[in-house]
Amino acid sequence: MAEFTLPANSKMSSGAYHKAPEGSSNVRVFQIYRWSPDDDENPRLDKFEVDLDDCGPMVLDALIKIKSEQDSSLTFRRSCREGICGSCSMNIDGTNTLACLKSIDEVKGEVKIFPLPHMPVVKDLVPDLSNAYRQLASIEPWLKSDKDAPEGEERRQSPEEREKLDGLWECVLCFSCSTACPSYWWNSDEYLGPAVLLQAYRWVADSRDDSTDERLDALDDSFALYRCHTIMNCAKTCPKGLNPGKAIAGIKSEIASR
Amino acid sequence: MARTRPLSPHLQVYRPQLTSMMSIAHRASGIVLTTGTVLLAAWLVALAHSAESYEMVSGLLAHPLGQFVLFGYSAALIYHALNGIRHLAWDLGYGLTIPEVYRNGHIVLFLTMVLTAGLWAAVWM
Repeated sequence: MAEFTLPANSKMSSGAYHKAPEGSSNVRVFQIYRWSPDDDENPRLDKFEVDLDDCGPMVLDALIKIKSEQDSSLTFRRSCREGICGSCSMNIDGTNTLACLKSIDEVKGEVKIFPLPHMPVVKDLVPDLSNAYRQLASIEPWLKSDKDAPEGEERRQSPEEREKLDGLWECVLCFSCSTACPSYWWNSDEYLGPAVLLQAYRWVADSRDDSTDERLDALDDSFALYRCHTIMNCAKTCPKGLNPGKAIAGIKSEIASR
Repeated sequence: MARTRPLSPHLQVYRPQLTSMMSIAHRASGIVLTTGTVLLAAWLVALAHSAESYEMVSGLLAHPLGQFVLFGYSAALIYHALNGIRHLAWDLGYGLTIPEVYRNGHIVLFLTMVLTAGLWAAVWM
């Protein structure tokens, strides 16, 4: 059953205010969700003043600056800082995206930053993705072919067959889409969610894969697949411009036309 | 681990947008239609029962409050039907890119207003 409010241990209160150094010229306030497992406190919202004239252009630049100069305990995931690794996904200004691809200029007023929505929090902006990874493993995201690859060669595809994978292979598994989906919020125990279903379709659509029928059998479930109600928050939020909703429609259509 | 992990905020922080709002409106209008059907049934039962009870129910529906309820019911019916067609197109694989979702969403909202206004103009003319 969907719980629309936060549990008692998850309710947020306001937190510390960190001022920018004297002489800062272009100050912007960042409001950041904080929670630590090391004390007995509820989550709080800290505010940090950042001098944008002395900061890179992206939200991730500001987070790194805050961590280096104002509060070294601020915890978040990041790696490539160019939208390839998918580590720094979080909720910025009300929608999910990668902090490294989100320009500070796009946000008006205070920059509000939360962890990916409706997930257990490990610390600050770091969500526990164990369930999402378990779901990804459950769709067996690897090539399953009856035949060995030709001796000394790759498995061939026609340009048309290869084209079907465009818009699918580019996913960096940041789970911005799944955690933007209200249906995933209420049913993540059984519903696979847009990120994992896009991966499932990536293998259904692959001409080299011989297990399409088994894959569709496994997906044909009222919760695993059909909790998708085409809300389309997933495609709206994807920082890579992909369309999980369309991929899910592709799976439904494959099942219906078998 | 010191204590249970908190749940990150969701509805509390996620920005309302056309995609999610039209989806929840589809569900809400569906609920309105289910309850509204009770009204339709009451009207038919009254018609079958007697002239007096039919007069009474018709009177209730003609009251400004009754008209307001009927207006809401008709708006919900028109929105749900049009958005239902949008869902059928989606299920056939059409109109699923984000620019298309916004365009066909705006069309549904515009037609809902026009058709609801047209219906009530016809009722009152």
